[in-house]
Formats: sequence, structure tokens, C-alpha cells
Amino acid sequence: MTGRQAWGLFWLLVAAVIAWLVFAVWPDWLNAILISKKAFVSAILNGITLAGLYFLVASGFTLIFGLMRNVNLAHGSLYLLGAYIGYEVTSRTGYWLLGVFAGFVVLALVGVVMQVFVFRRLEGDDLRQTLVSIGISIVAADLMLAVWAGGTYQITTPEWLDGALTLPVITAVRSNGASVFLTYPLYRVVVLAAAIVIGVGLWLMLNKTRVGMMIRAGVDDRAMLSASGVNVHAVFAIVFAVGAGLAGFAGVVGGSALSVAPGEDVRYLLASLVVVIVGGMGSITGAAIGALLIGLAEQIGLVYFPTYGIVLTFVIMVVTLAVRPQGIMGKAR
Amino acid sequence: MSLTIPADSAAPQKNWLEKLGAGHIILAVVLVLYPLVASDFFLTQIGGYSLIFGMLGLSLMLLAGYGGMVSLAQITVAGIAAYAIAILGNNNSNILGFGWPWWLAVPFAVLTAALASALIGWISVRTEGIYTIMITLAIATATYYFAQQNYAIFNGHSGYAGIRAPAFWGVNWRDPRPFYYLCLGLAVLSYAAVLYGSRSTFGMTLQAIRDNPRRMRALGYHVTAHKVFAWLLAGVIAGLAGVLLVWFNGRVSPGTIGVDAAIDVLIIAVIGGLRHPIGPFLGAVVVVLMQTFAIDIVGAERFNTLIGMVFLVIVFVSPDGILGLWGRIKPQFAQESLRSGS
Repeated sequence: MTGRQAWGLFWLLVAAVIAWLVFAVWPDWLNAILISKKAFVSAILNGITLAGLYFLVASGFTLIFGLMRNVNLAHGSLYLLGAYIGYEVTSRTGYWLLGVFAGFVVLALVGVVMQVFVFRRLEGDDLRQTLVSIGISIVAADLMLAVWAGGTYQITTPEWLDGALTLPVITAVRSNGASVFLTYPLYRVVVLAAAIVIGVGLWLMLNKTRVGMMIRAGVDDRAMLSASGVNVHAVFAIVFAVGAGLAGFAGVVGGSALSVAPGEDVRYLLASLVVVIVGGMGSITGAAIGALLIGLAEQIGLVYFPTYGIVLTFVIMVVTLAVRPQGIMGKAR
Repeated sequence: MSLTIPADSAAPQKNWLEKLGAGHIILAVVLVLYPLVASDFFLTQIGGYSLIFGMLGLSLMLLAGYGGMVSLAQITVAGIAAYAIAILGNNNSNILGFGWPWWLAVPFAVLTAALASALIGWISVRTEGIYTIMITLAIATATYYFAQQNYAIFNGHSGYAGIRAPAFWGVNWRDPRPFYYLCLGLAVLSYAAVLYGSRSTFGMTLQAIRDNPRRMRALGYHVTAHKVFAWLLAGVIAGLAGVLLVWFNGRVSPGTIGVDAAIDVLIIAVIGGLRHPIGPFLGAVVVVLMQTFAIDIVGAERFNTLIGMVFLVIVFVSPDGILGLWGRIKPQFAQESLRSGS
């Protein structure tokens, strides 16, 4: 048996165990170890849907970095601003979709403005770009505090998103023999679906379109791309708009699932950082893998060892760095 | 990163007074005499606080200026020393507090901080430039959240309170004047050590590694070991600053090591300038003065906006901070200070 086959067998076994864990009715001893099947499956589902949200934020972050070598540490601020704008638009017009749309568009514009007026002037100067983006995030956090104060907001989702989904997963069997099926909030499933659609869309855009070709060429050799007649600045502005817009979009979507409050900017900045460090800079697939790992670690940690959940995330990051400093899908530099 | 420092010109033998330089002597006299004119408020809240944050900035300057590694985890290292003091010494939070005497607790706290710093360095030295910033930021944030959630060691959200600076040799080091001199003494010690260290073989090697790691590796230097050792040294300075910080505040909580504080340290070092060890202290004075008095200028709420704006302007105008600005205004002076300083 070759090593490849051995790994294949291993992953098949893992998949079988997970499938059994999800679909089988648990014996009592397993319930005793893992609290309850409901808690376990919910943690997994929460992890996956949270990963969807993390992916939305981190994909913008990694996209911007991938092309422009521009670490935008104000990315968390973009998320929070998007959330606030989504809240304002939704609560004033009553249309949630309009709020989501506004979150994307406004933040895309903000992104273009930042790119043109700030980062374009500091091209190729990593450290200053980082410092400037930190400065922007400080000012932005303070100004957002001035406008929206320190309270917590919740973006109301429309009724058609509010229900719960009954999944074909049996959590327990009642004494009369009837099965209890797991119900799960529809909204979170929709978030996950949106993340998957956007992820696939981004992947297609990067790998199958002309713009994507330019972006990938820009990642590898910016000067050559420019020399071959492409308006690099325009490409940069587009990428920044998409990346920032995704952060704003994620802000509205995330603010509807969780809540909007000061401090969320740092939380999502950290999430994006860890996700792209683990997944590999500039890779959409890496962002998806990283988001999945971190989302699952966070939620499973929350259920089984609440205090050390954050440490689990951290351990994943350190182990990844120790084995592959460039991240799981990152290119060796 | 463009933090190159011109090489020392072969200076003729000077006596120690000349070696010290007029600038240093004037500065030392001013700092020693400062308590004669300053009120208690200016002595601790401005003087002591600036010196503590200057030391934190200095530990970052050591890594960034000489090693080319920009760290956002210096406040984390300081926080580890601060927590160690709270846990090993006395606190009134009714949790842990082993009651060790200061002469045992302080070295232990600084050692713990230095080892933690070396560990952070060991994790992050495999990466370069921007990656180091991101990884140290991730480490700092993770530590913050961990401290906030952990009640067994860190006492969660509330942290530790009621930590007092020791009284020995008949001096209560908590009083404004002794505390100021304590801060000044340790700051000068760290400053001199960094200045001396930067001219030592190790310092030179570190700077060479910053400029061309590949060549140094080819020459047979253990690049990783040198960088991790620099982290260890920076950890000692940050640890000392952490001990002073916990004595200054009398308490330590997750807020002390939060992201805001981590960024404050970076702002201080960058505003001051990373070319010379005096930079972080300059930056600390400016930032502490701004934090204290911006409230009077822009109202109680928006002083972060002001500080952020000043930071942005300085980064935009002069990548080398106040030292760089000064260098532009007075080119000759800058030449002199670089020659005598680097």
C-alpha cells in the first residue's frame, strides 16, 4: 500500500466516523462522554456556519493582501462599519436585503477611497501601510463610537429567514419510540449557503475570467502585468472594492446573526488574521480551509472546554506555522 | 523594511565624558532634576508613565530597529510580568497571591516574561516583515481573550487589584518621587544596555541579519538563534516595564494587555522613531501628554481620534517618526546624532 492510499483510507475512515456520529442514534456511553448528541451536532453546525461568516471576512482580507501585498489592519473596522450601515438602512427602510446591499456597496466605495487616497501613495512600503491602516482603524473605531455609542444593536432579519429547519438528524429517541429530529435556525444555513456561493464565485472569478487572470498575474509579478498594458491601478481598485465590500457584506450578515457592538472590529480582525495565517496568504481555498478549522475549533471549544476555546484556535495557528510557515495553501516564498 | 543605520565611523579614543555626549548629559541632568519642579501628578502620571511606556517602546525598538521584527506583543510580555507579580506577590482579589517577597517575585516575573517573549519570538521568527506583525497581533489578541476567560490563573475579566510596590531601605517606592526615580533608573539602565548592546558583536550581527539574513546564514551564523535571543533581551526590558506598570496601576486586568494597549506601544515607538533607542522615550512623552491633555482640546470623548490622526500624519510625513522629522529640520544635528547614536 502506498502512502497516498494509506492517507486515502485514513480520510475515508474519518469521514465514516463523522457520518456515523452525525446520523446514528448515540449509545448512552457516548452521550456521557460528549455531553449529548444535540450539543455535539449543534457545535459542529455552528462551527461550520460561523466558518461561513469568517470566510466572508477573511476572503476579502486575503484577496487584498494577495494582490497588493497590502495588509489592511483596518479590515475589522470595515466589517463593523458595514454592520452599522446595514443596521441603519434595515431599521429605516424595513428591507433587510436593502441593508445587505447597502453594506456591500458603501464599503466597496469606502475601500476604493482608501485605496486611491491612502494605500496607493504607500505602494510597496509594507510597514507604513500596516501602520497607516492601524491608524485608520483607531480613528474609525473612535468615530463609530461617537456616532453609534457603545450600545449593542441587532439587525432584524425578515420573517422568511426566521424559521428553523428540521434536519434529518436524530438527536434522541423518546420512550414511545418516536424520534426527535434536530432543528436548526434557517438563517445560519442561509449564511453558510451565501458564503459557499460567494466562495465559489470568487474562485471562478479568479481562475476562469480575464480579470481573475490579471489579478493572479499581479500576485506573481506586478511590474510585468503593468508592462503588458494592464491598468494595474484599476485592477487594484477593483480588488480593494471587492475585498472591502465583502467585509461590509459580512458585517450586515454577521450583525443579523449575532450582534453589532464596539469591539467586534477587533474580533473579526483577529479571526481574519488567524484564518489567513492558517490557510495561507492570498489563497481563497486557504481562506475556506482556515475558516472551517477556526470556526469549528471555536464552537467545539465553546461547548467542551469553554475557557480554553481561544487557546485551541491559537494551538492550531502555532502547529500550522511550525509545519508550514506559509500556511496550508500558501505558496512558499 | 527600510530601517538601515549608517555604520559607525572609526572614532578616535575618547574619554568617557566625551563618549557619553553632551546631549545625554544635559538630558540626564534635566531628568534627575525634574522632580524639583514637577508636581506629583506630573511626576508619576506624566514622568513615570512615559518612562514605563518608553521602556515598552524600547523593547519594540530593539526588535524592530535592530532586528527588523515589528512586534505587537510587547504589551503581552509586560502583562505576563505584571500578572506574575500579582500572582506571586500579594493582591487583594482573594485569589492566588503567594506572598513572595519582592526580591524573589520580581526576578521571577522578569524571567517568566523573557521566556514568554523568547517563545513568541520562536513562533514568529520563521516569518518575515508583515507576517511577524500579524502573528504577534494574533498572539497578543489570543492572550487577551484567554486572560479574560480564564479564572483559575488570570482571574478573568476583573484581573487582580491591590498590588503594592514594595517598601525597602526605608523608602516606600510607591510614593511619587521614589517611584519616578525607580522608573528613571530602570529606563536609563535599559536604554544604556540597548545602546551598548547595539554596538556589541551580538548587536552588529543582529543588524546584519536584519539587512541580509540569507548572507548571514551563508556565513554560518545561526539566524534563528540570534533573533530568538533578541526576543529574550527585549522580553527582559518589557518584563521590567511590566513590573513597573503593575506597581504604577496597582492592578492588572485583561484591559492592560488589550489590543488598544498593544497598538499604543507600536504608536509610541513609531511616533518617536525606530532608528535610535531615544526614539521610543520621545514618542512615549508625546503620546502620554496627548492622552492626558487631548481631553482638554477635543473634549472627553474623542481623544483617540486625535491620537490616531497625529499618528497618521507622522507616518505619512516622516516614516522615521519625530527623530526623522527632527533630522529633516536640522540636518546637521541629525548627522551628529546618528553618528554618536547608532
